[in-house]
Amino acid sequence: MTPLLELDAVSKRFPLGRRRLFAKAPPPEVHAVSEVSLTVHAGETVGLVGESGCGKSTLVRLITRLLDTTEGTIWFNRREISGVPARFFARDTNRADIQMVFQDAGESINPRFTAADAIADPLRKLLGLRGAALQARVEEAATQCGLPLTLLGRYPHQLSGGQRARVGIARAISTHPRLLVLDEPTAALDVSVQVTVLKLLQQLKAELGLSYIFVSHDLNVVRLLCDRVVVMYLGRVVESGPAQQVFEAPRHPYTKSLIAAVPRLEGTRPTAPRLVGDPRSPIDPNPNACRFHGRCPAGFDRCGTAMPALREVAPGHLAACHLND
Amino acid sequence: MSNVLSVQDLSVAFHTRAGVVHALDRVGFTVGAGETLALVGESGSGKSVTAYAIMGLLEAAGQVTGGRALLGEIDLLAASPAALARIRGKRVAMIFQNPRTALNPIRPVGTQIADVMRRHGGATWFNARDRAIEALRAVGIPDPARRARAYPFELSGGMCQRVMIAIAMAARPDLLIADEPTTGLDVTTQAVVMDLIAEMAAQTGMATILITHDLALAAERARRIAVMHAGHVVEVAETATLLARPMHPYSARLIAATPTAAGALDDLQSVPGALPDLRGTIIPACRYAARCDRRQADCGETLHPHEAEPGHSIACHHPLGVAA
Repeated sequence: MTPLLELDAVSKRFPLGRRRLFAKAPPPEVHAVSEVSLTVHAGETVGLVGESGCGKSTLVRLITRLLDTTEGTIWFNRREISGVPARFFARDTNRADIQMVFQDAGESINPRFTAADAIADPLRKLLGLRGAALQARVEEAATQCGLPLTLLGRYPHQLSGGQRARVGIARAISTHPRLLVLDEPTAALDVSVQVTVLKLLQQLKAELGLSYIFVSHDLNVVRLLCDRVVVMYLGRVVESGPAQQVFEAPRHPYTKSLIAAVPRLEGTRPTAPRLVGDPRSPIDPNPNACRFHGRCPAGFDRCGTAMPALREVAPGHLAACHLND
Repeated sequence: MSNVLSVQDLSVAFHTRAGVVHALDRVGFTVGAGETLALVGESGSGKSVTAYAIMGLLEAAGQVTGGRALLGEIDLLAASPAALARIRGKRVAMIFQNPRTALNPIRPVGTQIADVMRRHGGATWFNARDRAIEALRAVGIPDPARRARAYPFELSGGMCQRVMIAIAMAARPDLLIADEPTTGLDVTTQAVVMDLIAEMAAQTGMATILITHDLALAAERARRIAVMHAGHVVEVAETATLLARPMHPYSARLIAATPTAAGALDDLQSVPGALPDLRGTIIPACRYAARCDRRQADCGETLHPHEAEPGHSIACHHPLGVAA
């Protein structure tokens, strides 16, 4: 089976300042995403988790082709899309196939657009639809997302949080995409509403045969929705594998601490050590040290002298840690 | 155990252009020394308004229309502004949601801590700075002497929240109100911040009111939970009791909607309906009735919170687990 989306050693570095003429060394760089490889198959939901600053959002912007990669290739549906500069991708044939649902629909929908305008916008711009055809597609998307058609004339501030989330999702699916990138779609919602939105996403995926990349720091939600998870730390993938397996038997100390930090309704927590301190600086990190070294509760000498490679620890389950050797 | 704070029949109304909004109606709960009480509910349930009313920080449109909030012998709701100014920050402190915006952006964090130290912590001009650095060290900030000179924008969200905690703890208050202290922070940072609050409370015997929408966080951190819905406290019980045997239908729904470490998406159930409109004078006695699947004819009758069993009070005519 060919994957729908394939990332091969994708890196993104942001230079801090310009390279000066006659300067001895290039300016320092922020290593936002380093050598990330990832595949998403049709109909699959891949969860992307990690703390703020770990490069999740940059990776998402690379996948949705809003940013250009520094190194590596991105294949979508057997076509290399990383070769198309981001500023031309807006008019690319695959633009409508990769859509995004942004965090907090209240902020990401144009406040001067009605719900109908918001949903119609990508249809007008990407598919060139007008008139009755446009209206039919807007109503189709709204219905699929459980948004009553009577609400289509309303502005974002006249809608509830759950309804706004539905508008955000309807806008993303209106162009009939094949891959949907969801950036914390339920972060701004109450639990009672969150459940309905998560169920809607699950239902849409089954009905429309969508693939999801689901970015979240709520691990309980990721576990509910995702087939596979990818855990990132300071720009690198530290662990990836089937969701159930990663949550039940994490093989990287960072994943263990992350899972242990999630509050549980049962009130019991596993006794993994607390992660203290902040991640190290992403500016020109030491290439010969694990990026988690120094904050890792299980670190030893070798972690400071060699970067652990991402290796298979169980079928389909990868982890980058010397402890697994 | 003596009560540090006892809130009785607290009612708050907001005068808006769209009419009078009855935001809180006869809210009552108590917090004992060294105890953590969680106020849990959806957004709009009145959790923050409760905290702001107790602290005397309601905006001009908001008005306390009844009730008492007793801190020892002092009624915070009836206290004069001058008396309140002496109590706030000294005996009752508050940690706000989103520490970045709650801190003063144009003053170094050390100075902000020193201010409170001088006002309430008994520090002088000469030792306030050292006391501030000491406070930063106590909340686990590395290199506190350097960080004291930093502005809020130079610190991470978790660090800013620690600064807030340092400010709140400056005068060793009897009561800490933490309003969504970890919303917007990473789970790893959340765990550390919550550990810190618990540690501070254990050291000083301080009572804590934890306001959160995250039932799982409340379950892990609080000894007792008060569930709020549309300005009513609908149920108060010890955490384990509430989670195992909720008696109010809304509490049960809230638990069923919260994702857990086990279970599938299909097991989760949403809470049907939305919060009622709290404007005007005709507000149902039970504000949950319209969303409730156990509604009966007498649900429109006057409702008083009552103790169903020792330490477990509810406001419902037809509670769960009780023969109708």
